[in-house]
Amino acid sequence: MTAAAIEARSVRRTFRVRGGMLVPDRNIVAVDDVSFEVPAGGVLGVVGESGCGKSTLARLILGLLPPTAGEIVVDGQRVADMDRRARARLIQPVFQDPFASLNPRRRVRDIVGLPLAAQGGLSRREIASQVEAMLERVGLARDMADRLPTQLSGGQRQRVAIARALVLRPRIVVCDEPTSALDVSVQAQILNLLAELRRDLNLTYLFISHNLAVVEHVATEVAVMYLGRIVERAGTEALFRAPQHPYTRALLASVLTPEPGLGVPDVGLGDSLPDPANIPGGCRFHPRCPVAIDRCRHVAPSLTRLPTGIVECHLVVA
Amino acid sequence: MTALLEVEGLRVAFGGRIEAVRGASLAVARGQTHCLVGESGCGKSVSALAVMNLLARRGRRTADRLAFDGADLLGLSDTAMARLRGDRMAMIFQEPMTSLNPAYTVGSQMAEVLRRHRKVTRRAALDRAAELLGRVGITAPGMRLGQFPHQLSGGLRQRVMIAMALMCDPELLIADEPTTALDVTVQAQILRLLAGLQRDLGLAILLITHDLGVVARVAHHVSVMYAGEVVESAPTASLFANPRHPYTRGLLACVPVPGKVRRDQPLGSIPGVVPRVEPGFAGCAFRDRCAHADATCAAAIPRHAAGEGHDFLCRLPPDWVQAEAAP
Repeated sequence: MTAAAIEARSVRRTFRVRGGMLVPDRNIVAVDDVSFEVPAGGVLGVVGESGCGKSTLARLILGLLPPTAGEIVVDGQRVADMDRRARARLIQPVFQDPFASLNPRRRVRDIVGLPLAAQGGLSRREIASQVEAMLERVGLARDMADRLPTQLSGGQRQRVAIARALVLRPRIVVCDEPTSALDVSVQAQILNLLAELRRDLNLTYLFISHNLAVVEHVATEVAVMYLGRIVERAGTEALFRAPQHPYTRALLASVLTPEPGLGVPDVGLGDSLPDPANIPGGCRFHPRCPVAIDRCRHVAPSLTRLPTGIVECHLVVA
Repeated sequence: MTALLEVEGLRVAFGGRIEAVRGASLAVARGQTHCLVGESGCGKSVSALAVMNLLARRGRRTADRLAFDGADLLGLSDTAMARLRGDRMAMIFQEPMTSLNPAYTVGSQMAEVLRRHRKVTRRAALDRAAELLGRVGITAPGMRLGQFPHQLSGGLRQRVMIAMALMCDPELLIADEPTTALDVTVQAQILRLLAGLQRDLGLAILLITHDLGVVARVAHHVSVMYAGEVVESAPTASLFANPRHPYTRGLLACVPVPGKVRRDQPLGSIPGVVPRVEPGFAGCAFRDRCAHADATCAAAIPRHAAGEGHDFLCRLPPDWVQAEAAP
């Protein structure tokens, strides 16, 4: 058995939100007792609505935030024990907004070269040649190296962000909504590039997106998050063919595929919206659940293991 | 029956350098949804703003015809246009946080719309606001009237925007990416809401979106824009069943569809980027990215009919797809 590239063990992260003069401080549980493993070369897609904790999870895996409890092990080492340089050699991020994540005053060659320079030990010439090779690898023409980010299109900027992430040859890339800010034709180019790089460089991805069709296309396994918990996790094919959790079913139903004549489905979630500062008792999904029973209002469901994955719902029996 | 909104040969230029819309034509029928689809920078939002006469000061609009309910909009004075806007034609935008005033309560903003166009008391206007908030699926509308925009979630804000647009019973609603900033679950609810309102009130909707999934599910008619031109226009079923313009075909191939697109196969993609088109540009703006381009694409491009209400702007003949598929 190959070792897991990413392993989360009962990871929990809370944030303290300052109240006002008469309002007490509150604790927001952004990630609540989350465990999973991603095998080397796999792609774990993480889906859920805004506020479900998926971006917090990304920052925890990247080591940008320490967990409140639990631990994250990447490539056999605890993230908490690694220094920044070691972490950078192993895990790299690609964020949503290439307009915000690239320094507007640096040229492309310096942006992509910075991680190499920060590691030290390489001559300028070695850095320059590695940068050039990486830019070519992500499909950027040679003359792009001397441009500023403002002189590039959205797709080109995202290619720069990918080149910067890969220049240290990391094992793991955390992609947080990598194509959400892009047009569909460019999104397809970037998704194809990420798939190709994963194959050629044997990368492992944690792929966060609100776009289920995109996740279905790239992920080998999918985790569905709801208010900080993974409520269902299964192989991509199984999850899309036979979703178990009512929330997963609602999410899948709300995907509008380009098939005319089907109309807009009623996802049956009602009008109450999830509030991470005010997580309901019992099953946290019960106020929106179309099939909730009395037990769901009082007792939090425990994890059920199925042949295809795991799910947390009273109505699912192994 | 003539369409409620008729746009012919619309052109919008900003300064002398950029021509954002280059001769776009479209018609929105009463009680129907017309989708304007395209990627960023294709001119879809600018077209909508031009119809409402809300362009930034440097923007210059010309058209062969621009009519609302048969009446010309081009010669209308600013005051006459302002009377129409928010009354018989209303508009909602992508990000409700930037189009709602953060300093006023929901109720006072909504009441102002009605009191600007009708002689009603503040009380009556607030009653109307509460009624419409209920109508768009907001529970406890009375309480929401006293709240400020920042106290509402994104989905609620978008519902408030829609309710506000409906205050004067408009005949035309222009919605610019109304669900793009929302979660998919909320998006489905808002789109269902718009469809229901259309059915009940006979609203004509011009919906601007980049999302082909949304287009397929809500549109009666679709216009695909590229670099300021409508490159293909068709009834929805016809467009998705028989797309003719190479750009439309490329766009459709880019979209991953669960269960339809093989996971180990790369998605279709369109190489290159959208060009910036300057005034005086001739020929097809897509030619640098098109696999079917030849020398004639630099000359004037004909618009071919390809069936009932279906036309496209390309040098290729209407039956080119079938001809290419045959051996």
